[in-house]
Amino acid sequence: MPPFRLPGRCHRSPLYGSAPYRLNQLLEAVGLECLRGDRRLFKDIGFGLEPGDLLHVTGRNGSGKTTLLRMLCGLVRPAAGNVNWAGRPITHLGDEYLRHLTYVGHQNAIKDDLSARENLSISCSLSGQKVTGEQVAASLSRMGLKGHEHLPVRVLSQGQRRRVALSRLLLAGTALWVLDEPFSALDVQAVETLQNAIRGHLSGGGMLVLTTHQEVPLEGGRVLTLEMGARR
Amino acid sequence: MNGVAASPAGGGLVAAIGGVVRRDVLLAMRRRMDVLTSVVFFVIVASLFPLGVGPEMATLRIIGPGVLWVGALLASMLSLGRLFASDYADGTLEQMLVQPNPLSLLVLGKVWAHWLSTGLPLVVLAPVLGLQYGLGLDTLGILVVSLLLGTPALSLVGAVGAALTLGLRGGGVLLALLVLPLYIPVLIFGAGAVEAHISGLGAGGHLALMGAFLVASSVLSPWAAAAALRISLD
Repeated sequence: MPPFRLPGRCHRSPLYGSAPYRLNQLLEAVGLECLRGDRRLFKDIGFGLEPGDLLHVTGRNGSGKTTLLRMLCGLVRPAAGNVNWAGRPITHLGDEYLRHLTYVGHQNAIKDDLSARENLSISCSLSGQKVTGEQVAASLSRMGLKGHEHLPVRVLSQGQRRRVALSRLLLAGTALWVLDEPFSALDVQAVETLQNAIRGHLSGGGMLVLTTHQEVPLEGGRVLTLEMGARR
Repeated sequence: MNGVAASPAGGGLVAAIGGVVRRDVLLAMRRRMDVLTSVVFFVIVASLFPLGVGPEMATLRIIGPGVLWVGALLASMLSLGRLFASDYADGTLEQMLVQPNPLSLLVLGKVWAHWLSTGLPLVVLAPVLGLQYGLGLDTLGILVVSLLLGTPALSLVGAVGAALTLGLRGGGVLLALLVLPLYIPVLIFGAGAVEAHISGLGAGGHLALMGAFLVASSVLSPWAAAAALRISLD
């Protein structure tokens, strides 16, 4: 995995000199609120993540976990509040922010008629990464898909498809991973591979926001928990 | 900036658009039925008219350009629903929104791939079908040029409609209602170019206007479609 450096503005810049505690908070959510029709899904959600932090979003079904994650990716506009990256709202940063983000959603975002190899190399080129054929093959085999690279994804099992989707993470050099139920449908071995990837990501100074219902021990720097749908 | 992210500024965009085009063309090649349906539809529509109107050559020659153009227009509309629908269903559209390149340019790539797999076969087939209407060789040439300029514009304008109706129930009919009125200028000048050529007026003016329409739609509609996609996915 390529190491990444933090955006320059997060280091000791005179801009943040007066607020030293915020220096390292790269990703920050302030007073997020989500309305769906006339129903309020959540409000006053706030947190700050420093490099190496892991945020575990918990809550029952329908409490807005996926919506919160999509909000962090800029896919859903908050009714109130802001998501900030390095102190600036992501709506202003646009592409500048998306360069640092890798999102693996509930859906696998892979094409049934393409092979695992084609799916991975095309999705890498979409996110602006230059990857070689060897890197793609290595990432797939690390995800336990050796021997299945050339089959159409259609014939793979649910867990194998999830592995194809997650193999993107092994190549991503981005600072922020947002993962929606990454462990679903994975077997013990794949869970372990993913855990290792996450550990490597966090120890390299990356940040991670995820939801999961499985009891998967996650370690890293700080592990924060955000419970959605709790009475506040 | 981090190491991976610093590079995409120039080459990354081309690679991303190339990735979109490559994926959609590959998919079209693997799901040939989807492509064939619109082509077969075009062939059938264009062949029904001579059967219905009768073998009167003079009549056929008059209605020929219009019928072929309407057939091509309906056939290209038939495949519009699929432009974003499968990407929407499997989550790849969502991924297109969280990557660092301008969405409108990726949409342009998608439309281009859509035209390659559905518009281009129509252009190739049109002169063959034109023979049924007793059109001369030079007239068929003008027909091909007008379709070459017109069908990409149809795909571009259609993409806006497809993006707006994404995820709606009964989106197919709504899409037709939205898009067909916008197709009218292309149809008028496309069929008009061929008729003007037959009547000896020269097709230059019509074709120039179609070129202008194509340029305008390639600038405006990817941008509008991208905005519509963001709304559809919110």
